[in-house]
Amino acid sequence: MALTDRRRVRPTLATHMRAIPERITRRRRRNLPLIVGGALTGVIVALSILAPALARFDPAALDPAIRLSAPGGAHPLGTDRLGRDVFSRVLYGGRVALAVGAVAVLIGAGAGVPIGLAAGYNGGRLDAVLMRAMDGLLAFPALLLAIMVIAALGPGHVQAMLAIGVVLIPAFARLARAQALVIRSQEYVLAAGAMGAHALDIIRRHVVPNIAGPLLIQMTVTFSGAMLAEASLSYLGLGTQPPTPSWGGMLQEARDVLFVAPWMAIWPGVAIAAAVLGMNLTGDGIRDRLDPRLTRNST
Amino acid sequence: MPFVLRRLLTVAPTVLVVATVTFIALQIIPGDIAQIMLGTDARPEDVIRLRREFGLDRPMVVRYLEWITNLARGDLGTSISYREPVAGLIRQRLPVTISVAFAAMTVAVVVALPLGITAARRAWSALDLTVLAGSQVGLAVPTFWMGILLLLGLAAARPIFPLQGYVALTSSPLEWLRHLALPAIALGIERAAALSRLVRASVLDELNRDYVRTARGKGLGGGTIVRRHVLRNAFIPVLTVAGLQMGFLLGGTIVLEQVFGLPGLGRLMLQGIYARDLVVVQGAVITIAITFALLNLLVDLLYAAVDPRITYQ
Repeated sequence: MALTDRRRVRPTLATHMRAIPERITRRRRRNLPLIVGGALTGVIVALSILAPALARFDPAALDPAIRLSAPGGAHPLGTDRLGRDVFSRVLYGGRVALAVGAVAVLIGAGAGVPIGLAAGYNGGRLDAVLMRAMDGLLAFPALLLAIMVIAALGPGHVQAMLAIGVVLIPAFARLARAQALVIRSQEYVLAAGAMGAHALDIIRRHVVPNIAGPLLIQMTVTFSGAMLAEASLSYLGLGTQPPTPSWGGMLQEARDVLFVAPWMAIWPGVAIAAAVLGMNLTGDGIRDRLDPRLTRNST
Repeated sequence: MPFVLRRLLTVAPTVLVVATVTFIALQIIPGDIAQIMLGTDARPEDVIRLRREFGLDRPMVVRYLEWITNLARGDLGTSISYREPVAGLIRQRLPVTISVAFAAMTVAVVVALPLGITAARRAWSALDLTVLAGSQVGLAVPTFWMGILLLLGLAAARPIFPLQGYVALTSSPLEWLRHLALPAIALGIERAAALSRLVRASVLDELNRDYVRTARGKGLGGGTIVRRHVLRNAFIPVLTVAGLQMGFLLGGTIVLEQVFGLPGLGRLMLQGIYARDLVVVQGAVITIAITFALLNLLVDLLYAAVDPRITYQ
């Protein structure tokens, strides 16, 4: 009876993913980073999704009559050089930040995890070739690599997603490879192989569920890095292009009229910092929950 | 020293890899470079002329080998927008970038070491929690926004710090410092946030070791234990991670040069991108990447100096 029971709870990806929220919430009472981070992230996501309902003005609508007007009245955060409502633009800027962050992380994980799994599970020459290619990407400072990709593809927010995604590939590849290497030599995996299980099946059944937790942490942490990178690229004029509002682009516009309209330089920066802080704290909180080896003393 | 020599030899393959990736990204991916440089409305005969002038009509392999051999001789080609050798342009701007990075690193170390060590020694005290929370915020604030806030707060009201520009160290050390102060603080604070967390975690780890208890048992004071025994051990993981994070320092420098109008490599690269001058972009990219490799080398050498157990396999 016990035997059949054990056989029924095969560790599929689905059961592991279902187990993650449970493990996160188990000791929620003491997990301040997760509460604060989750709340911050929740607020940012909600404001971005509800932007069309909350914004009283079209973020791209020009009104030269009220250009550079100080905060107050109908425009709680003032207007910019072209008379656009800063509040509406900050709200809509969140959509760009979240979209670029999410797509970049998906590109990084989507390309990096298969590369790492293939390298780690097969070993040998394939491993050597793939990981040398990853080292080649890591030989550049992250932002420089992203700028180089944009220099090749041209500026734009789709190109920025791709550029940041490429930067993230090696980190995901290394994570997946390390995990694949460990699991490959486990006895139950050897047994599965001996029973004639296909390599892809073994990866799907045994390797992927084991990396689900670390992968989730990695995705949260790289998400905040991707948002920061998008802001930097847009600040440099290489990411999101006007008139689409982005936090980095708004700060670039603010830099030009810094002493005439200082209000323009405040809220986009607050928004970036809050979004990044929220994601970082969420990542820390999840890590505290998923990795019992990390005690409070070693954070 | 065999370790130093062997580590120096590993720089060459790194540079080769970096040069290859740069070549692939900027010469193969973009498609017809002559067309890109001249824009879509260029006359076909101009495109053909430029292609011939830069040897773009020759096979890829030939161009690749030429790029590598020229690089080895320090020849980075001729800029199309400046009509000057790129190597000369870079030579003028490299000191600016290195000054910013160096000054920021100094700020980061000066801020992070005392904070991290004190926080670790009083773990979970109010001071420690403040450092932890402050470093989380410091990591979240983008460096270019910090730069803008510093300009707004410090350069606007009082003319102690200039709004932009750069003065060479050789022409006036005081002016050099004055122009570097704000960018160095903006970037240094962000790096200090990362570094102080590392120092704190590492010192805390060492404080729980047996040798610390032994030292305490023989009557040594807390300060002496930290200075004589803990720090030397704690610095090894700190250096490892700090070395890995050198890229953030250089990336931050690129953005801050733009905020503070500093004529460094980052600005040269961006002007190259805006002007579609890929020869300049290529030269700036490879120089920054080589600087990155050399910084990592420096960290590794420091590593060996701190830990006598390390030998390079």
